[in-house]
Amino acid sequence: MKTSFPVIGMHCASCARLIERQLKKTPGVTDASVNYGSETASVEFDPAACNLDSITKSVETAGYKAAVTTDPKQTPEDIKEAAKKAELVDLKTKVIASGVLSALILLGSFPEWFAGVFAAISDFYALLSNPVSLLILSTPVQFWAGKSFYQATWSGLRNRAASMDTLIAVGTTAAYGFSLLTTVFGRQLSTIGFPMVMYYDTAAVIITLILLGRFFEAKAKAHTSDAIKKLLHLQAKTARVVRNGKETDIPIDQVVVGDIIRVRPGEKIPVDGKITDGTSSIDESMVTGESIPVDKKQGDLVIGSTINKTGTFLFVAMKIGSDTLLSQIVKMVSEAQSTRAPIQRLADVVSGYFVPVVLMLAVATFVVWYDFGFPVQGFVNMIAVLIIACPCALGLATPTAIMVGTGKGAEHGILIKDASSLETAHKINTIVFDKTGTLTSGKPVVTDIIPFGKHRKNDVLGIAASLEQGSEHSLGEAIGAYAKEHAITRSKVTKFRAIAGHGITGSIHKTSYYFGNRALMKTQDISVGSAEHAMSSLEKEGKTVMLLSSQKTILGLIAVADTLKTSAKSMVAILTRLGITVWMITGDNERTAHAVAKSAGITNVLAGVLPQQKAEKITELKRNKRSVVAFAGDGINDAPALAGADVGIAMGTGTDVAIESAGITLLNKDLNSVVSAIKLSKQTLAIIKQNLFWAFAYNVILIPVSSGILYPFTGWLLNPAIAAFAMAASSISVVGNSLRLKQANI
Amino acid sequence: MDKLLISIAGLLSIGGIYWFFFGKREESGQSQTTWSITVDGGYIPASITIPNNRRSSVTFTRKDANSCLEEVIIADFKIKTFLPLNTPVTVTLSPTKPGTYDMHCGMNMFHGKVVVV
Repeated sequence: MKTSFPVIGMHCASCARLIERQLKKTPGVTDASVNYGSETASVEFDPAACNLDSITKSVETAGYKAAVTTDPKQTPEDIKEAAKKAELVDLKTKVIASGVLSALILLGSFPEWFAGVFAAISDFYALLSNPVSLLILSTPVQFWAGKSFYQATWSGLRNRAASMDTLIAVGTTAAYGFSLLTTVFGRQLSTIGFPMVMYYDTAAVIITLILLGRFFEAKAKAHTSDAIKKLLHLQAKTARVVRNGKETDIPIDQVVVGDIIRVRPGEKIPVDGKITDGTSSIDESMVTGESIPVDKKQGDLVIGSTINKTGTFLFVAMKIGSDTLLSQIVKMVSEAQSTRAPIQRLADVVSGYFVPVVLMLAVATFVVWYDFGFPVQGFVNMIAVLIIACPCALGLATPTAIMVGTGKGAEHGILIKDASSLETAHKINTIVFDKTGTLTSGKPVVTDIIPFGKHRKNDVLGIAASLEQGSEHSLGEAIGAYAKEHAITRSKVTKFRAIAGHGITGSIHKTSYYFGNRALMKTQDISVGSAEHAMSSLEKEGKTVMLLSSQKTILGLIAVADTLKTSAKSMVAILTRLGITVWMITGDNERTAHAVAKSAGITNVLAGVLPQQKAEKITELKRNKRSVVAFAGDGINDAPALAGADVGIAMGTGTDVAIESAGITLLNKDLNSVVSAIKLSKQTLAIIKQNLFWAFAYNVILIPVSSGILYPFTGWLLNPAIAAFAMAASSISVVGNSLRLKQANI
Repeated sequence: MDKLLISIAGLLSIGGIYWFFFGKREESGQSQTTWSITVDGGYIPASITIPNNRRSSVTFTRKDANSCLEEVIIADFKIKTFLPLNTPVTVTLSPTKPGTYDMHCGMNMFHGKVVVV
């Protein structure tokens, strides 16, 4: 058996050799190697002679720690969650303890207000308000609750870097240190005119409030990644596989491609695959956002983690592990959340200089106040400047909104690949739709049946459907499906023959029939005459018309067309209302193209476009109109256009290549998702702008105010404790504002 | 007199802060495909050089409990990874364009660079 685990505590390459030697000496270990660079050990051992425990102990004997996880299934997400939980517990303890101490310190620091209240226990109050008592009460707040500020400051200073914690540490240390000096050397200092004031309350209250702020911020921030957590929890844990004729439940990670899996009603489909036996209706809403369950039969694809509603079926596993659609979605969403939105650039630049600049401003504040003869006020204002400055709000403004926004999208079947697509989508003013598969369902269906003479519709359909039984043509499938829908019984066909480019022929009850285009009728010398008028008017609507005849006369015609998706028309109307110009692009001829565009309400048509020309047309639109162009498509040949557009929108029902090239992928067939994606982008951007404005305005206004710039005009000064409150509130408000996106109506 | 002294001391402090934080120089070192970065009060080394059009791996080991550093983000490579304390985490970078890319912590307080040559 082989295992590898991280080793903690190595300082140099010789440590690695030491651990290696120790491991090799352990009974049962056949081989061991320790890598100092990656700080991991890989060990080969005989499970009969030793176990993970003895290996861990062996590493410990050498003086190091082996981070062997007892639960091998622990994902990085789990580790993160556990770490966050521990952090929250720690923060909570510190907030409560320092809260209680700070309350006592506050009471003791203002005898002019509270001495009367505690008149009944005046001895106790005298003790509480004694500077030494205040020092004793503040010390744990400063160095235990505030330990993390010092740690972070110290490690930062070693690398000549500064953070938020540096400001807090410097600010509170100044207040605490000054008070400590006054307490210990009060008498000596007062003789040289040193002011006898103490700021234990300020230091303690600042630390408590900032920690409280961090506690709420950590809680709120945990919710920004709710969408990913929700997706991860969708994953089924086991699968019921049929191997060697026996059904067994096995953990999902043991399923291999090609396994036949049984799914019963109410169960989760474990992995992606294709139904081999049975039918059912499946709730795919968790992945596609589509609320209506989808009916599936043999040969249809099923998505892992969706829920089987009614029937029992067998399916063959095709994609497992990280290849499943759900894993891809999780990967895509978390990758998108790690990208940078262009709007963030300014905030990024500012935060690089922020903390050192604030430190300089704080020094300047003290000097100016001192020079004007107010040393004590200068000191207080300096602390206020250090405390109020909030680079966190700047850092959180964009990423939290992007996280919630992309998560919100994923819940509705809108996958956003990167932050910049999300940002650009709100500026779209031209959108080009590929026709087949995007605006239309991509599958032809029967639209019209016109019988001639004494025949009825069902006769024409019955004969055509019978003839088409042997055909694999997509038009034949459409007729077959239509006949099945209308419960038409099909007759046995003999002498079936496909005539390439023309149609088909066959005999039913010893009568010969022909089914195909004009050319077929011509070769059989059958006059189209009476049907010509109906035929050409249907063709003008962009439909494909097939004629059915006996050996002598035309019996009827069937028109087939790739129909518009039901949501196409309403989507075009909404987009037009939003001021977006809608185009349709297709390889079809002008006549068909215009007919389809008209029924969707689209007036701008690019017809007869060869697949390789699509990207050129997009570039043309981008250049000519100086507009922000989106392209929505689904096929492999759409990939260059998807990549070339300002925003590429791929239909999730399309090909992997198309999805790969697009910035936004819609997992459901509902075209209104295009509108939702644009709305989501608009709302996310609105939130980001509010956050950035708030974060910038907060610092730009409050830093000067806390330095006392308004004092000469209005007499306003800012108490450092209030500064701490404002600072804690500003980070929380930014995260809270981003979380509002969860409730957004898209 | 004391005002003059305080003013001079103040100006010196401001100059000192400027020098301390903005005057540091970062060495990028030789281009290589495997790097180990210790996350301790920043990124050590703070600048790494990797070759273009090749896969490189970077192993981060966080030794600093500061929660600011718990996440490393290299946005241009779509990397945002949680770094558990004292546990090495390896990410792979497959650059296709030479340039300098920013690497920073979750709160954008600590910065490093990935130089692609």
